[in-house]
Amino acid sequence: MPLLEITGLKSHYGRIEALHGLDVAVEAGELVALVGANGAGKTTLLRCISGVQPVSAGRLRFEGRDITRARADRRVKAGICQVPEGRQVFGPLSVLDNLRLGAFRRKGADPAADLQRMYDLFPVLADKRHQPAGTLSGGQQQMLAIARALMADPRLLLLDEPSMGLAPLLVAEIFAVIQQLKGQGVTIFLVEQNAHAALSIADRGYVMETGRVVLSDSGQALVENPRVREAYLGL
Amino acid sequence: MLAELVQFLFAGLTAGAIYALVGLGFGLIYNASHVINFAQGEFVMLGGMTTVFAAAAGLPLAAAVAVAILVTVAAGLALEMVAVPTRNASVVTLIIITIGASISYRGAAQAFFDKQFHTLPSFSGEDPIDFLGAAILPQTLWVLGITVLIVIALQLFFHRTLLGKAVLATSHNRLAARLVGINVQLVLLLSFGLSAALGAIAGVLITPITSTNFEVGIMLGLKGFCAAILGGLGSGVGAVVGGLLVGLIEAFGAGYISSEYKDAMAFGIILLVLFFMPSGLFGKRTTERV
Repeated sequence: MPLLEITGLKSHYGRIEALHGLDVAVEAGELVALVGANGAGKTTLLRCISGVQPVSAGRLRFEGRDITRARADRRVKAGICQVPEGRQVFGPLSVLDNLRLGAFRRKGADPAADLQRMYDLFPVLADKRHQPAGTLSGGQQQMLAIARALMADPRLLLLDEPSMGLAPLLVAEIFAVIQQLKGQGVTIFLVEQNAHAALSIADRGYVMETGRVVLSDSGQALVENPRVREAYLGL
Repeated sequence: MLAELVQFLFAGLTAGAIYALVGLGFGLIYNASHVINFAQGEFVMLGGMTTVFAAAAGLPLAAAVAVAILVTVAAGLALEMVAVPTRNASVVTLIIITIGASISYRGAAQAFFDKQFHTLPSFSGEDPIDFLGAAILPQTLWVLGITVLIVIALQLFFHRTLLGKAVLATSHNRLAARLVGINVQLVLLLSFGLSAALGAIAGVLITPITSTNFEVGIMLGLKGFCAAILGGLGSGVGAVVGGLLVGLIEAFGAGYISSEYKDAMAFGIILLVLFFMPSGLFGKRTTERV
């Protein structure tokens, strides 16, 4: 049984259908990459998984339970946590408050131990913990957004364009962290326009075009696929 | 001279504290929903009127006040449940809904209670206290004291509790709030309920001084709105400073210039602020996120 199973998913913006019936599955422990051009519907799919975008047809199952109509906060409690596109940190609140809010739905957890884990993963956040999150650089905000999602102890971590707008050195750092998280057994669904980097570290990958999944295979096979190389890797 | 000045000062601070409470109510709802709630003044009216009638029905004052706060909070929650689920409604539509709600609450109060003016006994006697030659009503001290306590309690709630921070986070970025598992619907209910409670308390506090009837909410709501705009909509500190300034300008203007222009002064302030300083004294100067 896959951890996340999506069948026949459709979603609309007004009268425009953005997703035309998607089938996607993520197994526990996997790192699955979703690549595709701008406007293909990748972010819409993640929004549907997190419950912040209405689903017009199809089913979402998480650990075998139907969550198609579940409220967003219930999904976070069930363990689906998203690092949204553009970081979306709480700018006026301190780094520490952002992290604490990440654990908002966790009752009885030890926040001190979790905070220490985040500071070990991203030492810069420890130095800046009393600063407003809005004063951090783009890369630091991305680290904070990832740490905030990890504070909820996710069973499925959704990452939306974590490398967007970052300098190459920071991109490498973020991807190293993603691999480290996978090593710790976190299940990850990674959406990226940086297709080569994403597919290279992924167990499996999906390629989306205009609201449809057009290819799915192992990450390595997709990197070597001539069609993918031409369309997304610029090779 | 000094006695007169102190007299005006206390009159201004008392009215200003009430405007501050109403302004804080505007800010709470604005932050959570970006709606300007024009039924805010009706919360003040409901607080005062319900206390009067509950006390007349034989309840001790403290119990009557508790009933009034509960009734007003229920009115606030009802407003949220009617207005906010209007999916895809623009903020302007929601603001118009609040205007409709204010008319409904006023009509309900008129029908359910009556059209007379009513007052409440002061909480601790009517004998004025002599202070630097001015006569200060004991109720004035209740108004100021309870307002200070409420402002401190709100500060603690927003800056010391995770729930308070969740409300701030929701007002800053609703999408991100949903993604960390904050139940935004609950935050909205909390904000409307809290805002209604502030209004009710303001209504109870001021009734022994100015008396109340079903229409007092219109003017108190507008003055509170002036306070919120002057301080910067959505800023807690701004609402308090704005409220006190509006109250003081009114009191000194009425005392030293002409009491005929008392109300005009508050609305003159609104115009000046909107023309020259649209984000107010403590408002955010950032533009809307897209």
